[in-house]
Amino acid sequence: MQTGLEEQLGLYQKRIPIFTRSVKGPFRRFKTSVLVLAYAIFFLLPWFPWSRLDAPAQAVLFDLPGRRFLIFGLTVYPQDVVWLALLLFIAAILLFFVTGLVGRAFCGYFCFQTLWTDFFIWIEHKIQGERPARVRLYRQPWNREKLLKVGGTHALWVLASFWTGLTFVAYFTYAPQLVVDFVTGHAASAAYITVSALTLSTYAAAGLMREQICTYVCPYGRFQSVMYEPETLAVHYDAKRGEAAHGRAGARAGQRTLAERNEKGLGDCVDCGLCVQVCPAGIDIRDGLQYKCISCGLCIDACNTIMDSFGFPRGLIRYDSEKNLASPNPAAPKLQWKRLKTIGYGVALILMSAYLVYSIGTRGSYDRVVNQIRQPLYVVLSNGDIRNRYQVHITNKAAQDQTYVISASGIPAGALDLGNFREITIKPGHSGLVQASVRLAPELAEHTHRFELLITPRGKPGEVRSETVRFDSPKEQHE
Amino acid sequence: MSEQKLQSQTVQTTGHAWDGDLQEYNNPLPAWWVYTFYVTVVFAIVYWTIYPSWPFGKGWIGGLSSITYVNSAGETKTHSWNTRALLMENLNKAAAEQKPYFDKVEAMSYAQIAKDPDMNGFILSAGKALFSDNCAPCHQAGGQGKIGFFPNLTDDDWLYGGTYDKINETITGGRHGYMPTFGEVLTPEQIDQLANYVASLSGIGHDAAKAAAGNTLFHSETAACYYCHGADAKGRKEIGSANLTDNIWLWANVPGAATAEGKVAAIRGVITSGLNKGVMPTWGGRLSPEQIKVLTVYVHELGGGQ
Repeated sequence: MQTGLEEQLGLYQKRIPIFTRSVKGPFRRFKTSVLVLAYAIFFLLPWFPWSRLDAPAQAVLFDLPGRRFLIFGLTVYPQDVVWLALLLFIAAILLFFVTGLVGRAFCGYFCFQTLWTDFFIWIEHKIQGERPARVRLYRQPWNREKLLKVGGTHALWVLASFWTGLTFVAYFTYAPQLVVDFVTGHAASAAYITVSALTLSTYAAAGLMREQICTYVCPYGRFQSVMYEPETLAVHYDAKRGEAAHGRAGARAGQRTLAERNEKGLGDCVDCGLCVQVCPAGIDIRDGLQYKCISCGLCIDACNTIMDSFGFPRGLIRYDSEKNLASPNPAAPKLQWKRLKTIGYGVALILMSAYLVYSIGTRGSYDRVVNQIRQPLYVVLSNGDIRNRYQVHITNKAAQDQTYVISASGIPAGALDLGNFREITIKPGHSGLVQASVRLAPELAEHTHRFELLITPRGKPGEVRSETVRFDSPKEQHE
Repeated sequence: MSEQKLQSQTVQTTGHAWDGDLQEYNNPLPAWWVYTFYVTVVFAIVYWTIYPSWPFGKGWIGGLSSITYVNSAGETKTHSWNTRALLMENLNKAAAEQKPYFDKVEAMSYAQIAKDPDMNGFILSAGKALFSDNCAPCHQAGGQGKIGFFPNLTDDDWLYGGTYDKINETITGGRHGYMPTFGEVLTPEQIDQLANYVASLSGIGHDAAKAAAGNTLFHSETAACYYCHGADAKGRKEIGSANLTDNIWLWANVPGAATAEGKVAAIRGVITSGLNKGVMPTWGGRLSPEQIKVLTVYVHELGGGQ
């Protein structure tokens, strides 16, 4: 139902293809290092061996059917979900903290959209060549060369996307077995579905959509802008220096040196356009701070290269704060952390990280829950004694079998009846359930409202834990 | 922007003009919307062929997908896809997963089951499910029963015995508790004397003179209470007669009465009208022997057994 009117009415903006020029410099080196490190961790971690008694020898394994996450020597159970919550809180605060200081550093250097796009552009560059070659290829009609180069690029993208998806799934099952099963068609259907979904989405996001994800899809990029303050360091074009009295101008004869340009009132910007050509978001940083800028610093590298070649001072595009740029005598840009918000975020970050480390460091080797049976709350026995019943639920979080001894304090010896399970041996990662009942004479029952149930791991008296439980009796009910 | 654009360009209209100059733009639907619509049409056709869809004659078109299950009579049935067949299939699967445990239950003795931590966990969960489905309507969710209607299974008093074998026998064969009506045989005075005697056995406030007379009557041939309740009034488990000397009351709501007179009156009521409502249905045949075995261990654990 194409009527040709969509174009005229402009329902959707058409994507303008971006062909980034490669550039050398400290920011490019930093980005490359982060990329290599992040990829090394992501792609190699599932293959790192780690010997275990009761699970596959894989250092990081999210064992969903077993309801546990194995992370090196640490086993995380669903009841430890508070750690995950804390980790997410820490990540959020870290984002706020860093954004307030140095802007969208996460977007520019660490975000997986940026990393994968960077990697995909690298593939494109390797096959199709530098920017002019890619532009030429884009404009030329379809022929053998274009078909081979563009097809090859897309094929490699799909391959990289596929391996990304497969690696992700490898975190959830024994990696070597997964690869074999995946090829022979014996892997779980969830594996095939996840790998296909991730292959498709990685290919689409990093190969086809790229900066559109940051511009139109990603909420983080947008809400980070409200965290910018006048003191926040961000990638800025020094317009005062670049434009001067009569604006930027090309470095033609007669306006090549700084002295000549000063005399004519021209800015330091030679309008070479390199900062635009290297930008993965396709923007012109000289238009000022803008929402599409992911603050990757590549334009800084590009501009410094040009400044060096002309013998002009570096830093026409640089990390600086709005406040400093607007001041009549700009100082050297520096990190402004002495602000209430930044210090607040920093303190929160330290406190939460410390608590997380403390909580993981002092985790118990077992979990226990004691529930009083509430139907009925108490039973009157034939001789008038009162009986209350309890369920003791113990989860063994240690790496080996463990025997737990259950006892009580605050009630007479012999009042606690554990049936056949005065002690119970539980396999690692498993839970055990013990029915306990307490029988007290009526006079004693009347005065007993609470007592302690003690759980002691055999051979580890230091890890004894007590649970205060209620004792109910008919007299109490009438009161 | 768009407004200016529209005015500056000639746009398609529907071709009609009302009231001389009133025209309607023929704005196209967004392409993504149109294609999504086509995809849903294709999806619907695929869906119709796989799942039950259109009414046809007396039934409906069943679709290509089918479900095979074994029904409760043991017959294997294949149906076109429907949620009931799906439920049956899921129940089959659940039963297959439980089977190893039930097989173990069958093979093990009661004492072995009670000592095995794994089996203990299974009894507590599977037993609770079976109890909730079959027993809880009368004996209540926690097995606490209801005075005047259904026995409390969580106390230590067992009318027919609290051993594993006795509990199994009770569940499998059911029970029928019966006590004759004494209102027609004895005078109200005699019944009052008996009630005071029974109250005295449990240490409830009573008239000592009446209780002494009741004691004689209890062991006499006139009332002949001792036939069933025994000379010591502690009941006989073979016939399920109640122990009258303990603090457990099933039929006479003694704990519910506030005064000593009320408690005696409650006992009097039971003696006068007798009982013919202590009926527990037969579960053998309705539940499998393994299920009854699981329930036996579960009920045994509720009250601590004997």
